[in-house]
Amino acid sequence: MIQLSVNGKRVAIDADADMPLLWVLRDEIGLKGTKFGCGVAQCGACTVHLDGKPVRSCVTLVGSVGSRRVTTVEALTSTPQGRAVRAAWEKLDVAQCGYCQAGQMMAAAGLLAANARPSDADIDAAMQGNFCRCSTYKRIRAAIKTAAGIDPADHRGAA
Amino acid sequence: MMTSRRELLLSLGTTAAGAMVLGFGFTGRGRAASAGVGAAAQSATTLGEYLMIEPDGTVTLMARNPDMGQGAKTLLPMLIAEELDADWHRVKIEYAPADAKRFVSQYAGGSMSVPDNWDPMRRVGAAGRAVLVQAAANRWRVDAGSLSTQRGYVMHAASGRKIGYGEVAADAARLAPPDPMSLLLKDPKQFVILGKSQRGVDTAAILDGRPLFGIDTVVPGMKYAVFVKSPVPGARLKSADLHAARAMPGVEDVFSVDGVAPGAGGQIGLKPGIASGIAIIGRNWWQVNRARTALQAEWDDGSGAEHDSGVYDSLALKMLESAGETHTRKGDVDEALAKSATRVEAVYQTPWLPHLTLEPQNCTARPTAKGVEIWAPTQFPNDGRDIVAATLGIDVNDVTVHMCRCGGGFGRRIMNDFMVEAAVIAMRGKAPIKLLWPREDDVAHDYYRPGNYHRLRAGLSGKGEVLAYYAHGVSFSRDGKLVDGGELDADAAPGLLAPTFRLEQSLIPTIIPTGWLRAPADNSLSFVHESFWDELAVAARRDPVQFRLEHMRASFAHPLAEPTEEGEPPYDVRRMVAVLELVAQRSGWGQHAVGRQPPQKGVGMGVATFFSHRGYVAEVAKVRVDDHGVWNVEKVWVVADVGPIILNPTTAEAQVEGAVIEGVGQLMAEIRFDKGRAVQTNLADFRLMRMPAAPEVDVHFHLTANPPTGLGEPALPPVIPAVANAVFAACGARIRSLPLTAEKIMAARTDLART
Repeated sequence: MIQLSVNGKRVAIDADADMPLLWVLRDEIGLKGTKFGCGVAQCGACTVHLDGKPVRSCVTLVGSVGSRRVTTVEALTSTPQGRAVRAAWEKLDVAQCGYCQAGQMMAAAGLLAANARPSDADIDAAMQGNFCRCSTYKRIRAAIKTAAGIDPADHRGAA
Repeated sequence: MMTSRRELLLSLGTTAAGAMVLGFGFTGRGRAASAGVGAAAQSATTLGEYLMIEPDGTVTLMARNPDMGQGAKTLLPMLIAEELDADWHRVKIEYAPADAKRFVSQYAGGSMSVPDNWDPMRRVGAAGRAVLVQAAANRWRVDAGSLSTQRGYVMHAASGRKIGYGEVAADAARLAPPDPMSLLLKDPKQFVILGKSQRGVDTAAILDGRPLFGIDTVVPGMKYAVFVKSPVPGARLKSADLHAARAMPGVEDVFSVDGVAPGAGGQIGLKPGIASGIAIIGRNWWQVNRARTALQAEWDDGSGAEHDSGVYDSLALKMLESAGETHTRKGDVDEALAKSATRVEAVYQTPWLPHLTLEPQNCTARPTAKGVEIWAPTQFPNDGRDIVAATLGIDVNDVTVHMCRCGGGFGRRIMNDFMVEAAVIAMRGKAPIKLLWPREDDVAHDYYRPGNYHRLRAGLSGKGEVLAYYAHGVSFSRDGKLVDGGELDADAAPGLLAPTFRLEQSLIPTIIPTGWLRAPADNSLSFVHESFWDELAVAARRDPVQFRLEHMRASFAHPLAEPTEEGEPPYDVRRMVAVLELVAQRSGWGQHAVGRQPPQKGVGMGVATFFSHRGYVAEVAKVRVDDHGVWNVEKVWVVADVGPIILNPTTAEAQVEGAVIEGVGQLMAEIRFDKGRAVQTNLADFRLMRMPAAPEVDVHFHLTANPPTGLGEPALPPVIPAVANAVFAACGARIRSLPLTAEKIMAARTDLART
């Protein structure tokens, strides 16, 4: 049995140590908010936090998690940054299909926890691993700035 | 678009719990969805239930169309609620079941949700309001004309009385329904729900990570499945070690499925049938997917040998050296070319593209007493239902399909191959299963946007007028017919505006499955024709915007095209002139007309227009190209004319922003084939549109007195040539083949330096 701390609860899982955390969350624990997109850490749809830091759960083997706290989108609002992110995502109506947004929000909350006032370059660096097939990038960028309490306008093209 | 009287039939009734149910039937006219989607609505004359009002006033509205992010599940009920005068914040929304008899036209495609639903859905709401008002009038013994409605209440101003819809719903359900065509609809100035941004009905569930998408479906006793197929389409299984796969941890069942060749049936996408393959079933998806490595499957895949991107390229370029079959002809192009003062010629090429919906294809299926129950993220639920029934050889009434939210569609989920596979595996395995494709299967078994090749020739007069336009396109065929998504004719401006025009077509047989990708055909042909149009402006020494405007205005005297048989409205060039003028103003175009220096070294602006899916869109892109040919789109200005009102502004703007940024992504993308199999295997093999490359997008809607039309697609085609034309303006490199790479820009610059 593998012991995990998921969203503040202790859970015991009977799974291979080499099963990716994503599939433990989705199919063993039944938390469907974390999404499968590629299985090779290229899309970020499966982003969760380990001890508050974003990781790709599709390539994080459950046996490697140890005592680190796992936080998924279902517990996004357990941190101030997560609450600000969720509120901004709702205010700006970011989602189109919505499939990548759990991962986007987890990545954004992780960014804001480490950097309260990110620049456009900081946002590019932190978010480039999260693919949005609907291309909601304009609103994701504005929502991160909104969550950070900074001017959401995009001035990159003004020259 | 007006709804004809024949189309609407109304019924009223009550449920056992005393709720009023308003049913509407639509008698189909076989109207075609545009752009390759084909005939969607087929005849049916029975009833569908669109709204239900319970005694406590709860209003439930049905969304009949799938939602893949384009917002149909929110918009269709908004149309009903507006005329019903419901309290939008207290409305519950449910997906209608997939049932062509009751709901007739249920699909997401062709940007048709607005044109198909704008009139009939409002009539549903207006009819509901009419009977509620009549029921209140009867109760109060007053004239119905003296009553008004607001936010779920009927009001009598003279006496100050008001009554909730729930209190009169049961009475209303016993009244004779009105003739829906007799109902007076609101003046859009009176709208309180439409025209205001309404957040998506699924937004909270998305943000909270609640189960919502097809992949999240869980049914009791469900197992997980993968279906292993040949990387070469249509190849049959020769051998596989099923025992070895069965011995893998977590695997409960492994069996091979004989391929069933496509048969008759299905309206839009696929014919019934299933590929040859091996199903692996177990209790955890990761375990069953891992077990595929033990199969050591071999396939009879020699049929793929000739189907190679390199072979296609050389065949096509050879075909372009001679004439093709004439497809469209207007006047005598050859004579006009001979008389032209200047002739311009170029060869253009666009690649094959994958869809890559972020939610991989999946479907949940459960055997029932007589058939199968299915939960599917699909764009065409009823088409899937038909082909499942035909493949299994059962009655379509024994196939139940529940629509699930789609994690992206883009045309991929018009094809219901995953639905058939899930149904066959569930029936064979005698268990409820969720079939989920790994990303590698999704890349290998797509219905790709086919690439195409073009030789273009134009003749200009001494004054720079286009006298002749010739296009020979090479596309692909399957079973002797042009492939889905491979159409070479579009409402591209040059062919429409030139006084003489000939389109020729040649086809290369392919075994690789093709289909429709967002703004099908237009997403490729826009690049070809609007880039060449830009070349003609340069040859004529005219500003690209002015050149377009002059040719468009010159055509005002005569209509460019007739309406099609399906009633598709023809190109109205005046509408395009208006959006082009506006986008030039908004983008500050003209500060770098031909002969002047661009605003900054390495920065250029490009323009393009396109009439796609009934929408008129003009776009200007501002692009920076560095000394190494690396390009970056800084900003795109969009002006779109999709009619008199933007029904849900937040979603409309999102559709334009997404289409534009996706379009920039299409400039970078390509999938290639080697002996019939896709070379790329997963997302790491593609240059994807990611956050740093996403430009700022300025969206403006130009409102005009025309029927409202959809926005899923029209904003995508123009951005592709606008960016390519901006690259030319920035550095002089004319790129005639996609993907647009730094290497091609550097090669074009080298050629430029030589000449």
